[in-house]
Amino acid sequence: MSIDVRHLKKSFKGKTVLDDISFKVEDGEILAVVGLSGAGKSTILKLICGLTKPDSGEIIVSPGDIAMVFQYSALFDSLDVYENIAFALKERKEFKNKYTDAQLKEIVEQKLKLVGLEGIEEKMPHELSGGMQKRVSFARAVVTDPKTILYDEPTAGLDPVSSTMIEDYIVRLKDEFNPASVIVTHQLSTIQRCATKVIMLYNTKIVYSGTPQDMINGGNEYTKQFINASIQGPMKVAGSDEETKEN
Amino acid sequence: MNQYRVIQIFKQSATYALGKMLLNQTQDFFETLGEIGIRTSQVIYLTIKALFQRQMKWKLIIDQCSRFAVDSLPITLTIVGMVSVIISMQVAPEMVKQGGEKFVGALMAVVTTRELGAIMSGFAIISMIGSSYASEIATMRVTEQIDALKVLKVNPIEYLFIPRVAAGFVMMPVVVIVASTFGLICSGVAAYLSAHISRLNYISSLWQGLYLKDIFVSLGKSACFGAAIAIISSTCGYLAYGGAKGVGISTTKAVVWSFVAICIIDYIFAAIFFF
Repeated sequence: MSIDVRHLKKSFKGKTVLDDISFKVEDGEILAVVGLSGAGKSTILKLICGLTKPDSGEIIVSPGDIAMVFQYSALFDSLDVYENIAFALKERKEFKNKYTDAQLKEIVEQKLKLVGLEGIEEKMPHELSGGMQKRVSFARAVVTDPKTILYDEPTAGLDPVSSTMIEDYIVRLKDEFNPASVIVTHQLSTIQRCATKVIMLYNTKIVYSGTPQDMINGGNEYTKQFINASIQGPMKVAGSDEETKEN
Repeated sequence: MNQYRVIQIFKQSATYALGKMLLNQTQDFFETLGEIGIRTSQVIYLTIKALFQRQMKWKLIIDQCSRFAVDSLPITLTIVGMVSVIISMQVAPEMVKQGGEKFVGALMAVVTTRELGAIMSGFAIISMIGSSYASEIATMRVTEQIDALKVLKVNPIEYLFIPRVAAGFVMMPVVVIVASTFGLICSGVAAYLSAHISRLNYISSLWQGLYLKDIFVSLGKSACFGAAIAIISSTCGYLAYGGAKGVGISTTKAVVWSFVAICIIDYIFAAIFFF
């Protein structure tokens, strides 16, 4: 078992965001977490990687590195691509002096090749397009051969072609490292092409759990509303006419 | 009028708004103070640990030292030089009138070594380096770069705070020595131009006003200034949230808190060594 989340509860300033959330992700599986904006999807990722602590519940992650690909890449803008990717190997105590400069260079080249970006080691992040930045952040994330990879809206803000490319890399990373992965996404193409399981969050709870095929072929009233991008349905968007009427 | 309506009317009043603002400000003040205290203790603990384990990030410290001293030097020299000239221009003619031309150099030496060199350099460093530390770390915070550091298992205190605080602690006295020397030269020139006090007269008087104790206290004080500016600015940046507005607020907060902090440190040093 790589990620085991049990009865997770989290609130911010008295407002409950997640309540009694449980799911499991095995090695080699990719779980897609979907839901409306503000449903607590990114909070789940932050809880798994330890950036924030749960109010109650348990998160058991198998030993090994956890990597995260951030929504806006979060590359260190004062460092070039090479330094960004080699960062963990140069700065972390357990890797200190483990690799020579030549070995580091080789590892960085290898990771860049994995995401189809060779020869850009000396470029600064601001010199790269959004899609390229995202791919560099993929390379940085996998530099320590992680056992768990978390993706926060990996295709957000990208054109359809770049999105497809990113989705291909997610699948390639799964094939290469066999990690347990969690993707927070709004895009159906990402769910269809990458995910092996889906959960949907609404109003602090999981309202759907199943496979991507089941979700797309039928699912339940929540997934139908999500797939059809409909305002009508059980989910009310904060500030919408539907929600205002209800209140 | 029911109770609910009364509460609603009160919530719209200026008194309520003022009270709420004061409450928020007070809460923010204590939160920031607490955070600065926590970060300071973390920096001290992790620095000692890193020194014992020989894991200090010397390259980062040297980079920050060069940034601290080199980047800030032009503005520091300008400010200390100008203030020295202004004081000298006003004081020297007056002292000549009173028959005290032999004491102009001594007076400037005491003023510069005890107060002017350190405090004016401190103000210059806050505006130049403190604000840049705060905005840089705040931008890292709002663009999730600090979260990325944590996910990559690199401690932000070790990576961001310690090199900056160490650079402030070591380089601030160097900046103050250079700025004070420059200030004394400038005030000598101003004394000559405004009151015709000769170079020899000025220098011999200057030596009489230079005390070893003053120099050491000034150096100790400036090391504390440098460390305080670095830790306050880094902490304010670290606490930033939101977007561009959050970065702006944290930078302003860093500047204001640093100004107040160095005034308090200055007072403590003056009270201990000169009262």
